[in-house]
Amino acid sequence: MYNFEIITSAIDHFLHSVMPAQLAVITECVLIAVCTLVAYVAFAIVMIFMERKVCAAFQCRLGPTRVGFWGLLQVFADVFKMLIKEIISINNSDSLLYRLAPYLVVLSSILTFSCLPFDKGLQVLDFNVGVFFLMAASSFGVLGILLAGWSSNNKFSMIGAMRSGAQMISYELSIGLCMLTMVVLSGTMQISEIVEQQVDGWFIFKGHLPAVVAFIIYLIAGNAETNRAPFDLPEAESELTAGYHTEYSGMHFGFFYVAEFMNLFIVAGIASTLFLGGWTPLYIKGFDSFNAIMDYIPGIVWFLGKTFFLIWVLMWFRWTFPRLRVDHVPTLEWKYMVPIGLVNLLIMTICVVMNWIF
Amino acid sequence: MKKPNIKSIPYEEFKDNETLEALIKEINSERTNVVVGALDDLINWGRSNSMWSLTFATSCCGIEFMSLGAARYDFARFGFEVTRNSPRQADLIMVAGTITHKMAPVLKRLYDQMADPKYVVAVGGCAISGGPFKSSYHVLNGVDKIIPVDVYIPGCPPRPEAILYGMMQLQRKVKIEKFFGGKNHRAKKGEMNNDPIIVTNAPIIDNEKLSKE
Amino acid sequence: MNPIFIDIKEFPQRMQEYKDLKGMDFLRELIGMDWGEEGLGVIYILENSDTHENLEIAIKTTDREHPTLPTVCHLWSVAELYEREVYDFFGIHFTDHPDMRRLFLRNDWVGYPLRKDYDESEAINPVRMESEITEDVQREYEIKEEAELKKINAQTNRISGDQYVINIGPQHPATHGVLRFRLALEGEEIRKIDIHCGYIHRGIEKMSEKLTYPQILGLTDRLDYLSAHQNRHALCMCIEKAMGIEVTDRTQYIRTIMDELQRIDSHLLFLSCAAMDLGAITAFIYGFRDREKILDIFEEVTGGRLIQNYNTIGGVQADITPGFAKKVKEYCEYQKSKIKEYNDVFTNNIITQLRMKGVGRITLDDAISYGCTGGTGRASGWACDVRKRHPYAIYDKVEFKEIIYKRGDCYDRFKVRIDEIKESIHIIEQIIDNIPEGDYKVKTKPIIRIPEGQYTAAVEGSRGEFGVFIESHGEKSPYRIKFRPMGLPLIAAMHKILKGTKIADLIAIGATLDYVIPDIDR
Repeated sequence: MYNFEIITSAIDHFLHSVMPAQLAVITECVLIAVCTLVAYVAFAIVMIFMERKVCAAFQCRLGPTRVGFWGLLQVFADVFKMLIKEIISINNSDSLLYRLAPYLVVLSSILTFSCLPFDKGLQVLDFNVGVFFLMAASSFGVLGILLAGWSSNNKFSMIGAMRSGAQMISYELSIGLCMLTMVVLSGTMQISEIVEQQVDGWFIFKGHLPAVVAFIIYLIAGNAETNRAPFDLPEAESELTAGYHTEYSGMHFGFFYVAEFMNLFIVAGIASTLFLGGWTPLYIKGFDSFNAIMDYIPGIVWFLGKTFFLIWVLMWFRWTFPRLRVDHVPTLEWKYMVPIGLVNLLIMTICVVMNWIF
Repeated sequence: MKKPNIKSIPYEEFKDNETLEALIKEINSERTNVVVGALDDLINWGRSNSMWSLTFATSCCGIEFMSLGAARYDFARFGFEVTRNSPRQADLIMVAGTITHKMAPVLKRLYDQMADPKYVVAVGGCAISGGPFKSSYHVLNGVDKIIPVDVYIPGCPPRPEAILYGMMQLQRKVKIEKFFGGKNHRAKKGEMNNDPIIVTNAPIIDNEKLSKE
Repeated sequence: MNPIFIDIKEFPQRMQEYKDLKGMDFLRELIGMDWGEEGLGVIYILENSDTHENLEIAIKTTDREHPTLPTVCHLWSVAELYEREVYDFFGIHFTDHPDMRRLFLRNDWVGYPLRKDYDESEAINPVRMESEITEDVQREYEIKEEAELKKINAQTNRISGDQYVINIGPQHPATHGVLRFRLALEGEEIRKIDIHCGYIHRGIEKMSEKLTYPQILGLTDRLDYLSAHQNRHALCMCIEKAMGIEVTDRTQYIRTIMDELQRIDSHLLFLSCAAMDLGAITAFIYGFRDREKILDIFEEVTGGRLIQNYNTIGGVQADITPGFAKKVKEYCEYQKSKIKEYNDVFTNNIITQLRMKGVGRITLDDAISYGCTGGTGRASGWACDVRKRHPYAIYDKVEFKEIIYKRGDCYDRFKVRIDEIKESIHIIEQIIDNIPEGDYKVKTKPIIRIPEGQYTAAVEGSRGEFGVFIESHGEKSPYRIKFRPMGLPLIAAMHKILKGTKIADLIAIGATLDYVIPDIDR
């Protein structure tokens, strides 16, 4: 088993040996920030490219093919274009909030991104209420969206923002309940600890029925959190032109665009951490040679493999389902998912108390 | 002279190279820095390979535009993948179909709402000159009377292949642009101070006129 | 066709009688006329929806300054928009009409374009680049005893300024073109609706008055480009009827097959666009993928993809190609297998059903009163297929079922179209193997003149009844030509069914009503 703590602590020791302690901490912070941002952008580019290709495959098309080999450079072209596109300022908009909104959205998703455990020891923020922090950080993205809709002085944006407010706040409840279910199972809120516990068996197997139910609810609610089809009402193309970001152009729009994709990555990442064991390999009891081979695959590959599998599943949803209507969204949440989630939490608690877990 | 290159199609096979060469000459009349030139190339590469068009269609040509996005013709291959519904996020407006007197101010406004750099492609006879409806009392004879057009694609409606060819011509045009130096972005006299369009949804009751009647 | 002229004073009562006693509950057409010296007038074509008996009525006024005629929109709801169209084109005021505004042209348009004395010069109506100001004012008129017109008051009765008003369109992805809805909202619910047409009004009817008949044929394809064949078929039929040309059996067979292929093409596009409007983009691409196969057949036979220019007066432009029958049969087999795929991907999806079932219901009475023909009418239970009502071409020789559903909601409208694809395939399969030998075109005179008179013809277009009305004075070009738009009645019905629904329902209703804007605006 690889452990990234060896590398990180080596860097830590090296920095401390060449500079005073305070400077070393500051340098580390800067290093980490740069790494996180680079990783964030890199994953966003991979995801956008993946979305194009996956969507093309579902739709009997080819997707980008001409920019670079197999269209690999397509997303870079998009990024260059977006970076130098004009940013329009709108008359009669609340200009401070209007400009702040995209940064809030991106900030929230970067913060959440930094909670993800990519491998053993490869995690930026890890403390004893990790799950709690993750919930808190992810939930202020909605603020950015509300502000975007409110400040841009456009009626479509306004409706989009209101829809997204209603949707994201209510679906956060289901996400919370699912996470709580898993916290009950693991008995800790520290993310690294949660993953460690899954070395001898992923929670989706350990927690059997209640874990599977929580997993399904989490995927649905997570999809709603990212505002992707079938829950893309806030930006419903055929209804509200572009929803809350109708008035945004250039890189401001780019931030919304990237944040949407990265939220998808985060949702899938959290799902693989909580339910599919994060970076832990797949072990089957009794097959020792199989388990030994699995050990050779690095943890980061496991994590990304699981995450991208889930992303693919969510993309499958996106390109298959039609959009829900605005009154179906709260109905699904409050009449079905919340009650099921609550009962599920109860069942999980009983299972844990009676020790009916594997 | 540097010639714009489109993947796997030789330069000579394109029509109307003379216009393009004249444009290159005009744009390159001032000398440029090597670094700036390289940056320009990068920017043009990005812009020309990522043309997001506005979903704008008024009549028949719009259907051909839709088939262009669908399985057989698939313009996503070229990087024109994402059609944006909001003009703020679009790079390109394809005027697909007839523009009537009632639609003209709307089209102008859509064009004004787009963020720079923005390009216009006139698709089909109606958008170019009024087409079969040239003699009508309610049809604008050519969109170039109200907005500047970059590429004209003739046809009634043009085949999707023709639209793709037109898009490649536009790519070639974008590839010779200069972001730095400002030669091709210099606004003409009077271009910048258009009168604002007054728009209102409030009911307007012209009491004076009514009382007269 | 010989319309009965009725005196203005008797008119309201007589119309009431026709509707109540003779059961003339379907207003097929309402045609504005300018007879020059003889005055302005309107021709009504009524139909009994049970017996399919037709009745033509005309009314005219000699006053060219302030022409006024009584309205019929309390009898047939669709007349509300038809009369606005007549007002727009001829300047005829209809008394007691609730909403007498221009329908297609701008409010500040000068003159009435379809009048014979209209001045078309650019100086009077230049391209106005300032945005149009929406009039929310209603003017009311009263006829005094001496038949003098007087305006009594003006008030705001449409959408008032303090409502949350949004504009869907004219440039909006879900309006399928350039239609504009002004919606007054309360939350997500629609309280008031005001529909603006005319953003693609090209004045085809006025242009036609200066063109020769073969030239007009070219414009019909561009009305509703998704029923290009049927539109042209209707005009050709009308001219052939007027000139007494008998087309050969081969022509009839070819025309029927092409009409049905065009119908499948249009329904596939309907299905794709409905799916896209509801957010299922993959289903959109599937429909387009299969549609390309029909376009291949069209291209081989006619040379055109979307607009084929195939029918001509007396036949078709060119004979079918040798491999035509084989290709069509192959296509039919292919298409049959794909319908299941659409159902799997889209129709049977729970979200689709939730979005469409029970939404936007049109009752049978409303469908007839609004004249919603085509799939929309049949989804409400009205047997309104022109192919059955007034058979043309060889539709009386083939066996096919008229698809009728009862509920009249979005889901039924969607299902009608899916079933009609199957039915069209069924028709094609019956006749594709026995296309008779013969000429594909009969010889006509080089210059086509229609004898004096009024003529009509109607076909079942892809989205309803498409009618042609020609008044000829024996010239090379028609004195007046009028196309019955398939979409205008559907738009008229939207006023009623949209109230109290949500924005998202507007999209679903608009998608399933299946209108094509250039057909409405002409």
